[in-house]
Amino acid sequence: MSIFKRLAPALLAATILAGGVTTVHADDQHFPLQSYRVGPYAAGGTGFFGGFIDYLNLINTRDGGVNGVKLTWSEGETEYEVEKGVEVYQRLKTNPGIAAWNPLSVGIAYAMLDGITADKVPLITINHGRTDTTDGRVFPYAFPLLLNPYSETSGIVNYIAAKEGGLEALKGKKIAVLYHGSPYGKETIPIYELLAEKYGFSLVQIEVPHPGSEQQSQWLQIRQERPDYVVLRGWGVMNPVALSTAQRNGFPADHIIGNVWSNSEEDVTPAGDAAIGYTAITTQASGKEYPVLQEIIKTVYGAGQGNLADQARIGSVYHNLGIVNGILNVEAVRIAQGKFGNRTLTGDEVRWGFEHLQLTPERVKELGAENLFHSINVTYDNHEGEGYVTFQQWDGQKWNVVSDWIAPDWVLLRPIIEKSSEAYAAEKGLTLRTEADAENVSQ
Amino acid sequence: MTFVADNPLATPLTRHLPLAAGLLLAFVAVPAFASDYVIEAILLPFLALSLAGLGLNLLTGYTGQVSLGSAAFMAVGAFAAFNLEHRIDWLPLPVSILLAGLTAAAVGLVFGLPSLRLRGFYLAVSTLAAQFFVQWALTKFGWFSNYSASGIISAPSLHVFGISLDGTAGRYLFALSTTALITLFVHRLVISPIGANLIAVRDNETAARVIGVPVLRTKLAVFALSSAIIGIAGAIWAFAYLRTVEPAGFNLDRSFQILFIVIIGGLATVRGAFLGAALIVIFPLLLSRFTGLAFDGVADAGVLKLIERIFFGAVIIAFLIAEPNGLSAILSRITRRFTR
Repeated sequence: MSIFKRLAPALLAATILAGGVTTVHADDQHFPLQSYRVGPYAAGGTGFFGGFIDYLNLINTRDGGVNGVKLTWSEGETEYEVEKGVEVYQRLKTNPGIAAWNPLSVGIAYAMLDGITADKVPLITINHGRTDTTDGRVFPYAFPLLLNPYSETSGIVNYIAAKEGGLEALKGKKIAVLYHGSPYGKETIPIYELLAEKYGFSLVQIEVPHPGSEQQSQWLQIRQERPDYVVLRGWGVMNPVALSTAQRNGFPADHIIGNVWSNSEEDVTPAGDAAIGYTAITTQASGKEYPVLQEIIKTVYGAGQGNLADQARIGSVYHNLGIVNGILNVEAVRIAQGKFGNRTLTGDEVRWGFEHLQLTPERVKELGAENLFHSINVTYDNHEGEGYVTFQQWDGQKWNVVSDWIAPDWVLLRPIIEKSSEAYAAEKGLTLRTEADAENVSQ
Repeated sequence: MTFVADNPLATPLTRHLPLAAGLLLAFVAVPAFASDYVIEAILLPFLALSLAGLGLNLLTGYTGQVSLGSAAFMAVGAFAAFNLEHRIDWLPLPVSILLAGLTAAAVGLVFGLPSLRLRGFYLAVSTLAAQFFVQWALTKFGWFSNYSASGIISAPSLHVFGISLDGTAGRYLFALSTTALITLFVHRLVISPIGANLIAVRDNETAARVIGVPVLRTKLAVFALSSAIIGIAGAIWAFAYLRTVEPAGFNLDRSFQILFIVIIGGLATVRGAFLGAALIVIFPLLLSRFTGLAFDGVADAGVLKLIERIFFGAVIIAFLIAEPNGLSAILSRITRRFTR
C-alpha cells in the first residue's frame, strides 16, 4: 500500500503529461476515433469502426495514402457513454492533422458541437445525428451525411407507397409505428403525422418503453388496429423482441419495415425464424460482392491487417456502413486536396472538402462501390447530401436487397429543418452563413 | 466516527494553511497553467460529482437516509436551469442556478416524504421511484427540452454580469466557485447544532426524539437541502462540463456512482465526497492510460476494458477492507502521523 501511495502521484503526473501513446506525424492526415468496442452497443461499434479502419488501411496499403498523404488514426474507448466520449475528444484533439471526427453517437456529437465549431474541424454523423444540422447555413461543421431521421421517415413511406403501387395507393391504408420510448424514438412522430396527412393514410404510433423486452400489450393493440404495415423504429433488444412477438400475434414479418437502427444482423438473428421476411431501410447494401470489399478482403485481410476479429462479419450492415463512411471521409480529403494541394489539410480545409463532396453514381462506381451506396451531393447549405435509401429483406441467413434506390422527399422536409435550425440560430445569436462565407477557409 | 472530521490536535495555522494553498492553486494556478484536457476531462466532472457526493453525503452519511435517486435530482437541476435560462432571458446565471436548486429541493421534498415512514432498504427502494419517474417525465413531456426534436438540448451560453464564461477557464471557475461556496456552507452546517441533529437522527431516531430533535422536520429538511445541492451539481454537470443535457445521461448508473463516491470517500465527512470523486473520476482514466501503454497492441480494447474493471473493483475492495471508513479516514491517519 505504501509503495503504491508513493508512486501514485508520480504515475499520475507521468501519464497525464505523456498524454498516452500516439504514433501521429505532422505530415499525416489523422482520424481520431471515439470507438465503442465494449458495452451494450459493441456490435455496432466494432463493425462500424472496423469497416472505417479497414478502408483507411486499404487506401494506405493500395494507394500509399491519399495522393501520398498517409492516413493515420487513434482510438479511444467510449462504451457509447457521453462523458467518456468527451474525455476521448479532449485527449485526442491535440493530435496534429485532424481531418474529421466520427463518433457514431448522437449524445457524444451533441457534447462536441461547441468544441469542434471552435476548433473548426468537421463532425460527421453518418445516418444519424441532429436533424437540423443538415442546414449548413447554421451548422458549418456538422455533417449528418447520407440520411437524417426525417429523410429516413420519408424514405420508408415512399417504399411502402412503391410496394402498394404509388403514393395515391397510400390513401386509406393504415400504418402503425412502433417506436422506442426515448428522445430518439420520438423524434419522427411529427414527420409521420405530416406524411399521413399529406398522403391520406391513417396512422397509429405506439410507444415501447425502454428497453422493450416486453411488448405483448403493444402487439395486442396492433392486432386490434389491423394496420397494413408496421414500422419498427427500434433500438437494441427491442427489435428481436418485436419480431418474435409479432410472430406470436400472427402479424406477417414481411409487413414490418425496420428503420436504420433496426437493420443489422444483431437485430434479427436473436429472433430466429420470426425474422424471416422482415425488411429494413439502409443507405448501404450489405454483402461482400462489391469490388471495394473484395479489395479489402484481398489487400487488408489477406495481409492479416483486418480490423474485424470475426471475419464472418465482413460485409455485414455495420461493417459496410463503416466502409462507406471511410469512402466519404477519404473522398472529402481528396476533393479538398484538389483545391488546397496534396498535403496535410487543416480541419477547415477538410470542411470545405465535405461541402463539395459530390459523388455521382459514376464516381461511386470508379471507387468500387457501385450498388453499395448510390451517390451523395453535399453543398454548403445541405450537409446531408441527398442520400438515397434501399431496402433489404432478411432470409434467415443474410440480407437481400429488394428495392431500387429510393429518394426521400427532401423538398417537403427542408422547410421543417430550416424552421428548427433558424430557431437554433436565433437562440444562439448566430447569423446565417452564405455561400461566400463557406468559401472562406482558414489555413 | 465523529462529526468533526478534522484533526482536533492541529493548530489553526496548520489547519488552514493547506486549505488556503489549495484554494490558491485551484483558483489561480489551474486556470493559468492547466491544459484543456486536465480541466475539461478531469476537473470539471470531478467538481460536479464532488458536489453531488457532498449533497448525498448530507442525506446518507450524516442523516443515515439511503437514496438511489441522486441522478434524478441532478436531472431536475439541469433541466430546471436550462428552462430558466432559456425562458427567462433577464435572469442572471447565479439566480437561475439557485432557483434550479430550489426546484430540485421541491422535488426532493416530495420524494423524501416516504422517509417519514420507511427506513434502510425500503427507503432506498422508494427513492428509486424518483429515479424512474423523473427520467420518464423528462422524456414524455417535450416542454422540458423545449420540444427539441431529439430530446437532447445544448446548454445556453454562460454569462455572469456581462462576462462570458463559455471558455474552458470560465466554465471551470464557475464550477469551482459554486462548489467552493456550497462546500463552505455545508461545512458550517455540519459543525453547527443542526449537524448534531442530523447525526442524532442517523444514530438513533427514538433517542433523538427524546432529547428534543424534531426528527420528521429534520429528515424532510435534509432531503430538500441534499436534493438542492445535487440539483446544482446537475446544472454544473450539464452547463459547465458536458454543455449538453439528455435524460438518459442521468440514469441509475449515475445514482450508484454518486453513492459509491460517498461510501469510498467516507460517510459523514465533507472532504470524503472530494476524495471519492477523485478516485472515481481520475483512477479509471489513469488505469486506461496505463493499460493502453502496457498492453499496446497485445490485447484488443474489449479485453483491456475488462482488465481495467477487474482491477478497479479489486482496488475498491482493498480500500474498503483496509479502511471501512473510506479515503477520508486514511487521509486523517496520514496527516496525524505527520503532525504528531
